Parts: sequence; structure tokens; C-alpha cells
Amino acid sequence: MSATSASSGGLVQTFNRNKLSWVGIVLFMVLCLIAIFAPFVAPYGPIDQSVMTRMRPPSMEHLFGTDAFGRDQFSRAVYGARISLSVGVVSVFLGMSVGGLLGVLAGYFGKRIDTVIMRSMDVLLSFPTLITGIVIVALLGPSLTNVIVAITVTLIPKFARIARAPTLAVKERAYIEACRAMGFSHARIILFHIVPNILTEILVMASLWTANAIMIEAGFAFLGLGVRPPTPTWGGMIREGFEHIFQAPWMSIFPGLCILLAVLSLNLIGDGLRDALDPRLKQVRDMG
Amino acid sequence: MNVLDVDGLKKFFHTRVGAFGGKPVTVRAVDGVSFHIETGEAFGLVGESGCGKSTVGRAVLHLIPPDAGRVALHGQDLMQLDPAELRALRPSMQMIFQDPYSSLNPKQKVGAALAEPIRVHGRGSGPEAERIVADLLQEVGLPAEAANRYPHEFSGGQRQRIAIARALTLDPDLIIADEAVSALDVSIQAQILKLLSEIMQRRGLSFLFISHDLGVVRVFCKRLAVMYLGRIVESGPVGPVFDTPLHPYTQILRAASPIPDPSARTELVRLSGEIPSASNPPPGCHFHPRCPFATDLCRTVTPKTTEPVTGRHVACHLHDPAQADAMRATKPLAAKELYFP
Repeated sequence: MSATSASSGGLVQTFNRNKLSWVGIVLFMVLCLIAIFAPFVAPYGPIDQSVMTRMRPPSMEHLFGTDAFGRDQFSRAVYGARISLSVGVVSVFLGMSVGGLLGVLAGYFGKRIDTVIMRSMDVLLSFPTLITGIVIVALLGPSLTNVIVAITVTLIPKFARIARAPTLAVKERAYIEACRAMGFSHARIILFHIVPNILTEILVMASLWTANAIMIEAGFAFLGLGVRPPTPTWGGMIREGFEHIFQAPWMSIFPGLCILLAVLSLNLIGDGLRDALDPRLKQVRDMG
Repeated sequence: MNVLDVDGLKKFFHTRVGAFGGKPVTVRAVDGVSFHIETGEAFGLVGESGCGKSTVGRAVLHLIPPDAGRVALHGQDLMQLDPAELRALRPSMQMIFQDPYSSLNPKQKVGAALAEPIRVHGRGSGPEAERIVADLLQEVGLPAEAANRYPHEFSGGQRQRIAIARALTLDPDLIIADEAVSALDVSIQAQILKLLSEIMQRRGLSFLFISHDLGVVRVFCKRLAVMYLGRIVESGPVGPVFDTPLHPYTQILRAASPIPDPSARTELVRLSGEIPSASNPPPGCHFHPRCPFATDLCRTVTPKTTEPVTGRHVACHLHDPAQADAMRATKPLAAKELYFP
């Protein structure tokens, strides 16, 4: 019963009580706005080089300093937010849609469909995320689209698993049986009666995995598998700074902080959502 | 004309018990059940938990496909229909569930839940559906504002009223009520039973009323069948079956049901032992291990259903004239195997 009351009405209040999750939301919104309005926020162009101002430490003129080509690191970080956030959001949205649907179908129909879908997902899951990503990017070539494809593929089996478990529980409820007795089609039952009742669980994971996807993208960029230079990405900036880590540590530190902020904000949102959804978990945490 | 004819209905579940695949086990949940429901009649199906009565309800609705037998609605055999025809026929049979908390979608407002089947089956849209919903809510004794609220805002009894309204949206001929009042307080039970009776009278509905509560069945139903381990052991009109039960199991069931009259209380005949597993039912009469009158015959031969009194059927060798000699000839089981410990 607690789950039902928490999922409607109580959910918003519990979430509202959690100050940290609001910090997460505000932080994430600010990052999104910066990404959207990057041309207005960034004082310089992201690929404008200047021989005069190479490897300058942070100052009022260059908040995050400059790199070996004299490019303003703050401007590059601002434009980098576009790549990082869009990779995170788009790949999680695609992974959630495809993986979630597969998981729901597996859980709802069961039997052979379940076996075929979930064993395929197990095969995908058995490869480490980075290996799967590297293989896909190596096959398709490094580009923004292919990075998104690679991360989506690694997310699909995770979302399938997350969606299948609550589907198994929900499909046994009497209201699903009532739907069948009323002659509703499978599509109607799945879309209007199963999905709304498992969506909250999936959204929690979506917020946490968006943070993960941002880190994976940074990892790819660091390994040189992502977007081609000179397009700025946070992971790519860390790698570029890596060569000068002792002379110009700010080159890596600031993009690293950007990743930290994005991941932190999403984790705070995810934690808040989870607490709001599962009050028992919250109690345990408060006691401990 | 019967609204429902069920003939030789069987539903077996196949599972595996044990580690590493285990050995296959067949659970004979419903093993050759036959009954009929007349138009405008409430037919009770009673028995202990696990006797297969809920499976009968679901198999009749084809929510789980029956393995064998015939289920006919208004004489039309449901087993012969393809999925599309079955779906078209579904509005004629609806179900009310035991748990009013899990029988309503928590994410759907009551009005939407009631309007959805009306729209899906093209029986009205927009304002027309809203009007039907308002009428239904009134019929089950809820205010029209209930349509704008979520199920969790209602009490158990109110939720059951919503579930009843939903079962009525498609104007069915038969409602299968699976323990529809068992989860409710006694006072709420009475209200809901009264509501169901009114609806039955007004709409000329028929009910398959599945319950373990003999008192409730006695109030609500006209005829009943008693199930034990997947088979019907006795059936007939409610009054005579309760007043002079024929089958030993019915006698013991009735004795276990509380009587609201202290002076009428006698020493309880106790039924020892558990209901045997439907995956490994005893041979012969399923009831023989717990039956005080069991003989060797009962242990080997499955009793036939006979009609010792017109309109009453019983599956017991004691009431089968053809077995009278054989019953006299075989000895009752040893005393320690009887039901008194």
C-alpha cells in the first residue's frame, strides 16, 4: 500500500522534502541552460586559437585558463557541455525506450519470448561496457552519432532487466486480469496499464544512468574514440590536458569538475526519486 | 435457457519440482467439473482454498485456457472461437476480484477506468461515455465526483463498488465474483452483497459466486456446488444442501461454518489433516483419507455422480444405489485412519 500512496501525491511531497535532490535539479538545469545558450555564455569561440595566450593559468580573462593552442578552456567547457549532456540524455532516452520495451515484452509475454529476449540481453551484458563501446566505435568509426549508438547498445540490456522485473509483478495484479476479461488488446494493456505502473522505477535508473553515460562518453573521448578534435568535449579536454598535467593542471582539472558536477546533479536527482518511491529505503538510511 | 454450461472442464498445470529441472509434476487443479447457471441465477461455488474453485472461474472466462471440456455461453462453445471472436464475446462475461486494492489500476482515475472499456468496445465516446460512467457510479452508490479521483483515495468497500461498476460497464450477462466480499469487513460485506443482489434483480444478471464462506453463499445464491480437490462432490439448491447435506465433506464443511445461534451449537465435527496436494491426489474418491465413512471401495474406485434427490447431485458411493452392496461388503478403514485423532 505504501507504494501506491507514495506513487501518487506522496511522491511529489517526499521529493520536495529532499533538499539535496532540488540542488541536483537546479544544478542540472543550469548545466542544460549553459549548453543550450553556449554561444551567449562562452566569451570566446571554442576553437579560436591564440598563440599569444598559450597555457595561461586561470584568470579573470580566462576563467579556466587556456590550453596549448591558446584556446579559452572555459569556452571549450561550455561547448563541451553540449556534447556531454546530449550524449547522456539521447543515449539514455534511446536505451530506455528500446531496452524498456524489450524488458516489458519479455516480462509480459513470458515463456519463449522472455527466453529469447533476456538471453540476448545477457549476451550483451556479458561484455564490459567499455569493450562493447570500443568495438562498436571501431566498427562504425568515431563520431558523435556512433558514440551515442555505442552507449545506447550498452544501456539496452540494463533497461531491459530493470523493466522486466516490475512487469512480472504488475502483470499478476488483478487489474491486468480485469483488462483481459474486458477484451483489451495486448498493446493497450502494455501501454496504458503496465508501463505507467513501472515508469517510476525506470525513471530513477534513467537519471542515474544518464550520469553513467556522461562518464562513458568522457571515457571514450579520453581514449580518442569519441568526437573528433577540435570539437570540444569534457573527456577530450582532460586527455589534451593530460600531456601537460604537471605544467598546466587546470587544463584537466576544470573539465573534470564539469563532469563531476553533471554526474553529481544527476545522482542527487536519482537518489531523491528513489527515496520518494521507496519510503522503506529512506527509513533505513535515516536510521543508519 | 442457461446462461452458462460447463461440461467436463479440466485444467492441469505442469510444473517441475526440485533442483536442476527436477521432475515434471502435473497439478490437476480442475479435473472434470460440470455445472450450469440459469439466466438470472446466482450459482455458488464453494470449497477450501486450493480446491480449484478460482481456476474454474478463470477457465470459464478463458483468462487461462482450459485443457478439456466445454464452456458454453448462451449455448455458444467458447472453446471453438478464435481469439478475435472470443474478444468480441468478452463483454458478456465480467469478473469481480477478491482484493479491491489490486483490482484497480493505481495510475488511472476512476472515471477513466470506467470509460475505457466503453470506448474500446465502441459503446460511446466523450460525453456519452461520461454519462454512462455517472449512471454506473450512481448505480453502485458512489457520488459522481468519484470519477475524478484515484483508487487509493477510496476505502476497501468503496473500491469494491468501483470494481463492480467496472464489471457492469459492458452490460454483461454473467459476472464471475471470485471471493468478491472475502476481503471486506462483515458490515461492508453485507452492504456489498445487498448491492449485488439489487443489481442482479434490476439487470437480470447471472452470477458465478466463488467463495469459501458458506454463510455468504447461503444468503446470496440459489444453487451451489461444493468442490473438493478439483472435482464437484455435491451440488443442488442452497436450502436443501445446507439443511441435509449428502456428501460427508459437505456435512463437515457445514458443521465448520459458524451458526449465529448459541443454543444450536453442538460439538464440532472436526476434519483432520490437510487438503491433499492436487499434484498427487489420493486414488479413488479424493476425499477418502479424511472421510469418516470411507471403505476399501472408496480407496480404489472413483465415485460416480448420482442424483439421489431430484435436482441434487452427489459424487459419493454412499449415495450410489449401484454400489450399495459393495459398500456393505467392504470394511471401513481402520479407526486410526478416521478423522478423530
